[in-house]
Amino acid sequence: MKGLPLKPKFVAGIAVLALALAYMIYAGVTQSAVYFVTPSELHTAAKTGKAYRLGGMVEKGSVNWKPATLDLRFTLSDGQAKVPVRHHGTAPDLFGEGRGAVVEGTWMSEGYFQATLIMAKHSEEYKAPHDAASPGYQELMKSLRSDQK
Amino acid sequence: MTPELGHGAIIVAGLLAIYGALVSAIGGRTGRTALLESAQHAALGVFGLVTFAMLLLIYSFLTFDFSVRYVAMNTNLQTPYYFRITALWGALEGSLILWAWMVALYTLIVILRHRHNARELYPWVLTTMLGVAAFFLIVMAVPAPPFERMTPIPANGRGLNPLLEDTGMITHPVALYLGFTGFTVPFAFAVGALATGRVGDRWITLTRRWTIVAWYFLSLGLLIGGWWSYHVLGWGGYWAWDPVENAAFMPWLTGTAFLHSVMIQERRRMLKLWNIGLVIMTFALTLFGTFLTRSGVIASVHAFTQGAIGVFFLSFLSLVVLVSLALLAWRWEALAAEGELDSVVSRESAFLLNNVLLVAATFTVFFGTVFPLLSEAVRGVKVSVGAPFFNQVTVPLFLGLLFLMGVGPLIAWRRASRDNLRRNFLWPIAIGIVSAAIIFAAGVRSTLAVLTLALTVFVTATVAVDFVRATRARLRMGEGLLPAMGGLLVRHNRRYGGFAIHLGILVIAVGVTGSQAWSLHREATLKKGEAVELAGYTFQFAGLAARDAGNHFLVESTFKVTNGNIAPREMRPAKKFYPQEQSPIAHVDYRLGWVEDLYLVLGDFERDGSQATVKVQVNRMVSWIWIGGVVLTLGTLLAILPDRKKPA
Repeated sequence: MKGLPLKPKFVAGIAVLALALAYMIYAGVTQSAVYFVTPSELHTAAKTGKAYRLGGMVEKGSVNWKPATLDLRFTLSDGQAKVPVRHHGTAPDLFGEGRGAVVEGTWMSEGYFQATLIMAKHSEEYKAPHDAASPGYQELMKSLRSDQK
Repeated sequence: MTPELGHGAIIVAGLLAIYGALVSAIGGRTGRTALLESAQHAALGVFGLVTFAMLLLIYSFLTFDFSVRYVAMNTNLQTPYYFRITALWGALEGSLILWAWMVALYTLIVILRHRHNARELYPWVLTTMLGVAAFFLIVMAVPAPPFERMTPIPANGRGLNPLLEDTGMITHPVALYLGFTGFTVPFAFAVGALATGRVGDRWITLTRRWTIVAWYFLSLGLLIGGWWSYHVLGWGGYWAWDPVENAAFMPWLTGTAFLHSVMIQERRRMLKLWNIGLVIMTFALTLFGTFLTRSGVIASVHAFTQGAIGVFFLSFLSLVVLVSLALLAWRWEALAAEGELDSVVSRESAFLLNNVLLVAATFTVFFGTVFPLLSEAVRGVKVSVGAPFFNQVTVPLFLGLLFLMGVGPLIAWRRASRDNLRRNFLWPIAIGIVSAAIIFAAGVRSTLAVLTLALTVFVTATVAVDFVRATRARLRMGEGLLPAMGGLLVRHNRRYGGFAIHLGILVIAVGVTGSQAWSLHREATLKKGEAVELAGYTFQFAGLAARDAGNHFLVESTFKVTNGNIAPREMRPAKKFYPQEQSPIAHVDYRLGWVEDLYLVLGDFERDGSQATVKVQVNRMVSWIWIGGVVLTLGTLLAILPDRKKPA
């Protein structure tokens, strides 16, 4: 090749490196592939021990948080199927009922999804600022302030 | 009226940029200088108009002109004035203005610096720069207009994303964009070289400083991004292999490869094709990164506005790649090498390997980032690969690069003799092996940590060997110690600037390794007065307080932190309640240290302050990453010092 000033030994060396890289990528993909699924898809093809990324809406009224044991339970739904999810530790800031969330983890044979990571979806839509004069917000601030020493 | 004026300025600037690009090209072909001068005036006009538009948008922010959609979305009446200015680049449309402004600014500097010293290349450089500017202006004129009106006009704006109310977010995008746009200049010179057929070393000599500057700003942007992620996001990390991070990392990798491979061309007149290819690839990757992150084809935790601009970026990217490939094919004969690599044990070979590893890392990051798209297209399933994939594949490559960092600068050109190898590497290798043994004996069992630290010692030793030897040579000439060292740095600023940058990278590598290997964290729910222990520290929950903090409401917890040696101190992780946000946002409290950072994140809490959940982290060696950034800055400054005239 004219553009490359390489003797065969260099070409061979680079070929070996390229093969090694291809192998590392192949091994990396097979070991750390994570499947995106919806709750319905998880129900049809759940395999225990396989890594999934499960996306859905956090069902209203499903969040159950026990601070003492750091045990968080909630249900993710896509409108058709529901999946019970468990997680050890506080949820991220944007997590909440009625909002989207993506959890990463595995399906347990006991019939729930053990999440190791929760990613809450930031809403992209324009939200009217909630009224700082509304009773709910005022009350929240008051109850927070009452603790001030 | 102001918004219409701004929109008009952008359209006129866009037309002017297209005009300038065309007449510059015609001027280049026909050699008519009047046309070139006209193109220069057009470039000046573009800069003036974009500056004007940018100032108008800042004015709209400062005056709370909520009739402008972009202003209403990114500020509200409570936003402090400095964040109203920086809200300019808080989202897509304003970022584009800043981006176009930077391209226009770089174009002006190119005109000032190179209109006389790069006669033949210059018209095509100007065409390319103005063409890129025109693209950004078209994007702002059609799919992403910053001055778009909003009806009805809201009484108050939505407010800046609270996560962006931080100094890191003021500086991070600016540095990153300066880096991204900075690579336009070497790319423009590469196009000039291909268009004129002057593919020799001239364009590389002219753009060396430009490339270093662009590379530096990109590095800085990445580091500040990491710092922002670390102290704002509250997960205690600085890099997550998120698509957006990868998008900025890929051009950094190829840019780094280019900075090294040009040295082979300068010295041995080889790799001409490769160098031009790398510059084109780097520039294309900056566009690809923008496309990837702004088009929404890849899901990312970074909440960016999505829209039609993806199509525009993809079209422009295709245009850039096709034109570049056509030019390369046209000049294929001229790109042939004049020399040939001789020995495997030589500096050329070390640099070649460095390039192969960097390109391999780029490919890995690229592959991992677009993997979900590939798997969906090929197999119809959405599969992604996360951080484990990237770490597993790239870490061996990075270790290889660290090793080469010690070998490359010292090994002889062409063919290294046994004597050359012994003289340069015997001691560093011995010191490296001994340090590995010491580190292992000290109880470090992570192979990765031992390897990284030992390699760091090895590379540092090679730099020391080189510096001591050169200083001694000067001492023998009768110079004093300090003048000898200073003279060495100034006279060989490029070499020692490079060494300093290498040391900066080493310090960062140690920080990354240490923080991955030795950081500790735990989470606990505490009643008032209860404490949690981690790494010898005791964190006692002392209560909650709440107060009004201007544009948000702050719930602040107090933790008394003690360990055996130091006086008790207080840390106050908090949660911020913004009226415009649906949920509160954690405010991390941290104490940076040379070896250990204390890092507290407040989780859930009882309103009456009787109980709170807290994440406690003792992060080790993270500060070294930021210190490495400072070293890197100093090294860059040294490397781009103006060349001294050699004394007669």
